[in-house]
Amino acid sequence: MRSRHRWLRFAIAGVPRPGRAKSGASPAGEPRWLVPFVLACLFLLCVLPLISLVKAGFAGLVSGNSIGVLTEPATYAAIRNTLVTATGGMLISLVIGALFAFAVALTDIRGKLTLSFAFMLPMMIPPQVTALAWVEMTGPASPLLKTLGLAPPLGSPQPLYSLSGIALLLGVQHAPLVFLALKAGLSASPRDGVEAARLSGALPFRVFLDIVAPLSAPGLIAGAAIAFVSGVGNFGIPAILGIPAGISVLPTLIYTRLASFGSGTFGEIALISSLIAAIAAAGLILQQRALSGKDYRIIGLSGANAAFSLGRFRVLVELALAAILFLVLVAPLAALIASSLVPAYGVPLNWQTVSLRAYEEILFRQTMTLSAFTNSLFLASTAALGLLVVAVPAAYLMNRRKGALSGTLCILIEIPYALPGIVLAVAFILTFAAPLPVLNVSLYGTIWIILIAYFSSFLAVSLKPVMGAFLQIDPSLEEAARLSGAGFIRRMRDVILPLVAPAAGASIILVFLIAANELTVSALLWSAGTQTLGVAIFNLDDSGSSDLASALSVLVVLMVIMLMAALEALANYLPEGVLPWRN
Amino acid sequence: MAQLILNHLTKDFGGGRPAVSDVSLTVREGGFLALLGPSGCGKTTVLRMIAGFEQPTDGTIDYGERRLSDASRALPPEKRNMAMVFQSYALWPHMTVAGNVGYPLKVRGISGESWRSRVGEALALVKLTDYAERRPAALSGGQRQRVALARCLVTSPDVVLLDEPLANLDQHLRKSMEETFRIFHERSGATMVYVTHDQSEAMALATDVAVMSEGRLVQLAPPAEIYARPEGAVVGGLIGRGSILRLPVADHAPRALAWPMLCEAIGSADDGPRRDVLVRPEHVRQDADGIALEVKACVYEGERFALTLALPDGQPLKAYGDTAIPVGQKADFKIASGWRL
Repeated sequence: MRSRHRWLRFAIAGVPRPGRAKSGASPAGEPRWLVPFVLACLFLLCVLPLISLVKAGFAGLVSGNSIGVLTEPATYAAIRNTLVTATGGMLISLVIGALFAFAVALTDIRGKLTLSFAFMLPMMIPPQVTALAWVEMTGPASPLLKTLGLAPPLGSPQPLYSLSGIALLLGVQHAPLVFLALKAGLSASPRDGVEAARLSGALPFRVFLDIVAPLSAPGLIAGAAIAFVSGVGNFGIPAILGIPAGISVLPTLIYTRLASFGSGTFGEIALISSLIAAIAAAGLILQQRALSGKDYRIIGLSGANAAFSLGRFRVLVELALAAILFLVLVAPLAALIASSLVPAYGVPLNWQTVSLRAYEEILFRQTMTLSAFTNSLFLASTAALGLLVVAVPAAYLMNRRKGALSGTLCILIEIPYALPGIVLAVAFILTFAAPLPVLNVSLYGTIWIILIAYFSSFLAVSLKPVMGAFLQIDPSLEEAARLSGAGFIRRMRDVILPLVAPAAGASIILVFLIAANELTVSALLWSAGTQTLGVAIFNLDDSGSSDLASALSVLVVLMVIMLMAALEALANYLPEGVLPWRN
Repeated sequence: MAQLILNHLTKDFGGGRPAVSDVSLTVREGGFLALLGPSGCGKTTVLRMIAGFEQPTDGTIDYGERRLSDASRALPPEKRNMAMVFQSYALWPHMTVAGNVGYPLKVRGISGESWRSRVGEALALVKLTDYAERRPAALSGGQRQRVALARCLVTSPDVVLLDEPLANLDQHLRKSMEETFRIFHERSGATMVYVTHDQSEAMALATDVAVMSEGRLVQLAPPAEIYARPEGAVVGGLIGRGSILRLPVADHAPRALAWPMLCEAIGSADDGPRRDVLVRPEHVRQDADGIALEVKACVYEGERFALTLALPDGQPLKAYGDTAIPVGQKADFKIASGWRL
């Protein structure tokens, strides 16, 4: 209801008043092309794909070509599997994420920054790599288990190729989201509230139960919702774990439907995408319901964390956290490295067998992996830099122009952010499948459709740090520049851009980091010659070259860690909240 | 140099009462106008309209012959040749002190030796020559304030706007900055508009004081006059300390009321219409010929005692005394003069 109201208000306020045009610059002071430019970009990236999706869905329903997909047993099975894995994953994320969040935000354990950094890694590592690493860790052919002599006999089933396997990995992958949501809520919990409770005579456990737990409920609910929605839209994990076992969820169903292209395909994938969007929306609505009435505004001092002293339990808690990190992070990565170093499938790793052949192969011989590197680096760097051209003006307008325009921009940007990546990819296929009007060139099957889809997917990622920087800039800094005589371009160059530069740098690295590893969008949009790193890993694994897939994954993980370290080095110049692993 | 003229200036942000409504005033050439009023009275909006950050919904702003703003068009701030000291100082954290001060010159295309000498002059005037290469973050509050002032000085602007510039400084610094502002005003000859909610600042600095309340201009007068002859209860309550008494005074009585008339009014049991009368505490003196008033409170303020007295009908009256009087005791007081609002 509220969003519709905002739309209406915008339509009225947008009518230009007569007589105002003559002076050349309104007091708002930005050039006239700025608002249309930002609105046009956001329309292209946020609204147009959604319109195509809805149109194709309706067309599929009306023509009757695709309506069959809604009644097939395979679709029902996929819906059920999606719900089961997403819910299971959410529960696992809640347990792990909450444990870490409470420990890091509320207790006096040591090494919090390292723990947070390590705990955020599973979120930054692409899901297909996570899945691959776990498969290499647990299966009968695991080089790690073989080396340790723990491997189950060959031929025994891989335990992760199951619904619970998918749920477990979804849980591990999305636990950092719960951690972040909860930690944000906890770091705002009032120190004086906790201290007052203790002075009232409550023991620490009682304080936790009566003060901290209720205050952290909103963060817990929000984290659960994000984990659920991410689980519904995840493609990499069910693709690696589910497809070999014949378990299909909605995102992998779209993938297989698109692979067996038929006359009704567009309508079908539009309908399946709508199902995903509907499930995701249901999750978010449930979250809204659960959150209503839980808006605890913090009164008094906040920010300073309420530290509970653990005393002699501290070592125990630290050990438990380290053990979890070992299990979900270190062991799978070790397995991944081990498989990348063995010469052939099923061989145990030791000094005689160790070989760098897989790395040699992917870095120097295989044209497929080489072009994947080139494609991903091109896509990621272009998206990272290009998005700034949209994100900086959009953030500027959203900060300087309060009210209707700012509200509209907010809504537009939230559309692709709220949609699971797979739905967005389908929307872009539908938008650009036909040749472009006027130019008569088709983007479908080229690298450009992937690039546009990346622009749309990562707009919110790019915007967040820049937005944070703008929020910190006192508007009077720009006003002082105006009174000094500086026009729009001049004060952008001299005042605004230098001040948002560190945040823009962070936004470039963040987008690059995510885009370079992305699989969901490119899995649907790639064709011969335009495969990305994510697709390359998936295809290598699919074709049985798990050693090459592992080697490529190891390189990807190294790149992730290096980029995160680069961000960490920037940390002191960044607005608060840009780096998720920092307070 | 020319006059700054606001004519029927109105600003409506679209929510209920307009933020500024129908304000007309003229700041004389080289004048120092203080815009005084409680927070939310619209004084900052007036200032921002003069600067060009807000466009009036009605009315006009002119500088001499030049139209700066009206409802249909506005000269952008960058073309107004004005300067402003912001409440937050608005120093650019990524530039040095000299870079901040010299930025308006740089934008005007002045560089090299002439840039250096003019920046040096401005910094010398605010006694910050040694800090030229520092960053604003390395300065104290008062020093930042002086950098902001130097930035205003450097281009000889027509109008200098000051938005509560002393609000973030401690008492001691305020006094010395007031002095700096006064010197700055004398030297630059610029027209200055100074927004504040602190009436002592306004009285100390301004050649004219404009009192605003709820978006309207209530009174515009030189400081001494506005103190002695305030118009209405709003100005009377805002300027100086004083008590507003409700007394039965005749319509045809003079505005300035002497003791005999006040004495009669306080003593009368007349139930007729009552009027607001402002009595300054310095005009209430202990005097054997006065009337006996009960002391309700007695607070030592260092140079004197601040007393709260009660009139026979219970109305509170503020007074100063040289000696302490125990609470509850009665003493004889005389009111030298009052002002009918």
